[in-house]
Amino acid sequence: MRGIALKAVLAAAACAALIVTVGSGGGSKASSTLIFAGASDPTYLDPALASDGETFRVTEQMYEGLVGLKPGTTKIVPKLAIKWKSANRGRTWTFWLRRGVKFHDGTAFNSAAACANFNRWYNWTGPFQDPSATFYYQAIYGGFKHNEVSGLQPSLFRSCAAKGPYKVIVKLRKSSGTFFPSLVIQPFVMQSPTAMKKYGADQGELRNGTFRATGSYAFEHPTGTGPFKFKSWTIGQKVEIVRNDSYWGKKAKLSRVIIQPISDATGRLQALQNHDINAYDLAAPQDIPTLSSNSSLKVIKRPAFNVAYVTIHQGSGPMKELKVRQAAAYGMNRKGVVSQFYFGTGKVANEFLPPSLYGWTDKVQKYPYNPTKAKQLLNSSSCHVPCHVDFWYPTGVSRPYMPDPVRNFQALAASLESSGFSVTPHSAPWRPTYVGKVNEGSAGDLNLIGWTGDYGDPDNFVGTFFNPTTAGAQFGFQNQAIFNLLQRAKNEANFKKRVQLYQKLNIALMKYLPGIPYAHATPALGAEKRVHNLIATPVGGVWFQYATVG
Amino acid sequence: MLRYVVRRLLLLIPILFGLSILTFFWVRALPGSPISSLLGERATPQLVAQYKERYGLNEPVYKQYFKQLRAWAHADFGTSTATHRQITYEIKQRFPATMELAIAALIFAIGFGVPLGFFAAKKHGQLFDHASLFLSLIGISIPVFFLAIILKYIFAVRLGWLPTVGRASVLIDTKHPTNFYILDAIFTRDWYALKDALEHLILPAIALGSIPLAIITRITRAAVLDVQNEDYVRTARAKGLAPITVDRRHILRNAMLPISTIIGLQAGLLLSGAVLTETVFAWPGIGSWLRDAIFNRDYPVIQGGIMFVALVFVLVNLLVDISYALINPRIRYS
Repeated sequence: MRGIALKAVLAAAACAALIVTVGSGGGSKASSTLIFAGASDPTYLDPALASDGETFRVTEQMYEGLVGLKPGTTKIVPKLAIKWKSANRGRTWTFWLRRGVKFHDGTAFNSAAACANFNRWYNWTGPFQDPSATFYYQAIYGGFKHNEVSGLQPSLFRSCAAKGPYKVIVKLRKSSGTFFPSLVIQPFVMQSPTAMKKYGADQGELRNGTFRATGSYAFEHPTGTGPFKFKSWTIGQKVEIVRNDSYWGKKAKLSRVIIQPISDATGRLQALQNHDINAYDLAAPQDIPTLSSNSSLKVIKRPAFNVAYVTIHQGSGPMKELKVRQAAAYGMNRKGVVSQFYFGTGKVANEFLPPSLYGWTDKVQKYPYNPTKAKQLLNSSSCHVPCHVDFWYPTGVSRPYMPDPVRNFQALAASLESSGFSVTPHSAPWRPTYVGKVNEGSAGDLNLIGWTGDYGDPDNFVGTFFNPTTAGAQFGFQNQAIFNLLQRAKNEANFKKRVQLYQKLNIALMKYLPGIPYAHATPALGAEKRVHNLIATPVGGVWFQYATVG
Repeated sequence: MLRYVVRRLLLLIPILFGLSILTFFWVRALPGSPISSLLGERATPQLVAQYKERYGLNEPVYKQYFKQLRAWAHADFGTSTATHRQITYEIKQRFPATMELAIAALIFAIGFGVPLGFFAAKKHGQLFDHASLFLSLIGISIPVFFLAIILKYIFAVRLGWLPTVGRASVLIDTKHPTNFYILDAIFTRDWYALKDALEHLILPAIALGSIPLAIITRITRAAVLDVQNEDYVRTARAKGLAPITVDRRHILRNAMLPISTIIGLQAGLLLSGAVLTETVFAWPGIGSWLRDAIFNRDYPVIQGGIMFVALVFVLVNLLVDISYALINPRIRYS
């Protein structure tokens, strides 16, 4: 009975397929449209109010900041500002703006427009001061002109003044190393003041603790200066952007890009295999062999911008002693883990910064797998072989930097056992307990954790891990030399000096060994072979500007 | 009849009240919290405390419940912590997609299930009948998501006959005044959009309709077997009526009563099956939305979404009961 039903359905499907084949004309022709799949819808198309990668992937096609990143790197290059200068120990920044740039609605981009954006952020009140609305603004600038929420710090921003139509001077209350690099990220791009006013960009409400934009700007009228402009957004189905033919720079080759949300990674892969889409982001590591072995598909690797590491908690137990920490570092077969469990999408990490980020240096102390040396170090320490350690790992989770934590743990623990340690394994579900235990420092002597960068600044990595609060809780150490170096690097406004300070800090960290970085994962995108020049940036974005199909 | 309807409507109040308690406390019994989902690795104890304060999670649970109940009573389902969109807005966008899929699945299940069950009964004890029993057992046993994956793999990925995901091709620009794509295409006489929407609907509808198909087939078979041995059927045959007339007027019509009941029950159950089917086919309906919300521990969406689905389920069952009472007058007096 079911067989008959199936035959009938097959017949219907066959008829439908004939129509489809006749109608579509196959998928190998050149096209001026690119269909790209992400995991979900954007939150808003006003990036100042967003903090998620799915939003930024869309908005970065439409908006530009005063400065940007060179495609595929974390190198800061001119965008809407052609040059800049800092003075007064990084408290005064002068930007010379690009001439002849217009927003998509025809509004001229000039110093008034640039200051309107800075002032918009600074003057936010009410619900806009909630972190669910302005997470990144608060992370970089601290507070607002009039802080209405307890716990907010005084604002880093002091003023923005137009000196002629194409020159602005931004004054800060104190020197900050993070102000300038943060200008590349989407929450600080330039938006049309005319469109924002017209379509209620600053209308929002806070309901049950969650911010919600109520104007139509963030949904229907996003207006930037970028190579693509907004066409439509059907929630749950697609965001459509089209080429900005008045773009000031190199115009996009594609006439339109459609970004479709497909939450399931296998669903994205199958949609690509069926050529329903041309490319997709967030390919699952286990799907890489499938993509690579398909003659019409390819893998595009995103430069690593994350780190998986083993926390070493020094608070109590054997890890207080440097020799034991060094023994643990030599005793972990990190190369084996990366080669076995990252499916060709990982690199062994030798420090806490990813190689694509400035401040990374090859001059750090390295700890190649060496069980003999590990045992020697242990025997010369107070924790002789077998040295007992508690090692925690998370269950029920896969992170971009750590696709398979359980196997990572098993392999690392096995190599430690061969290196003179006696490992007691402990596990906890990622939600709700594991991350909390790691952060409060109650997850053993060693535990697996990691980080994906939010923006291209070393402080987002090492500043997050080793500020005095986190260092004390998660890592159980207080090292004033490291804290001072971190603070100096963070506040240094001179870029070259800042890079040197972070390199120095990385060298110091890998000597002191507060943890053991073991992998930088290179997330992958899947694409049809006929898709060219699709550039994946380390910070999570995708450049469609130079892409072609066919 | 009116009294019956009013009585049933009044019964909705305690049902919904009970549902609100179950939903609210079930969500809070889930491991994890919206805070850990929102903050991930950034979940320092200080930040967790701040967020708990902001979302009112420090208040006693009963206070949280009554606050929530007040909001629901004002049809305020809240705002998603993940998408920052109003839940009523999301429901308005997504519910038509789920309804369209459920209706298509039901049409598939009835369209194939009733004739198959009927012919199985007519061929009682023969190979066709045994095969139908065996296959409908398999139909009930195969999990929806597994069948969905298999169908998608064969007909979309391997053969490339049908699309893998979504409700419509993203290349088509068409207006959706009702958000029911099939209806919209018919109203606007956009035949290309209609074809496209139907192509996208075939596989999800088959996957979702497979279990109702098996159940309807078995119930139809049993009902027809039961009815065809009744005296009035024998009398009709003895009168010399054409077999097709006997089948249509006397057997099928009388067998339809249990079949219509089971169809009504299946209509409600399709909503739960939609969670899995919609996820596999990236169908932008209520099911995939709820699944994402559960993964994100998006409390307002889980609570509001489940309450809404439960309300629909209860209302569908109410409609079924009312229609059943219309068909069979004995019901409303019992």
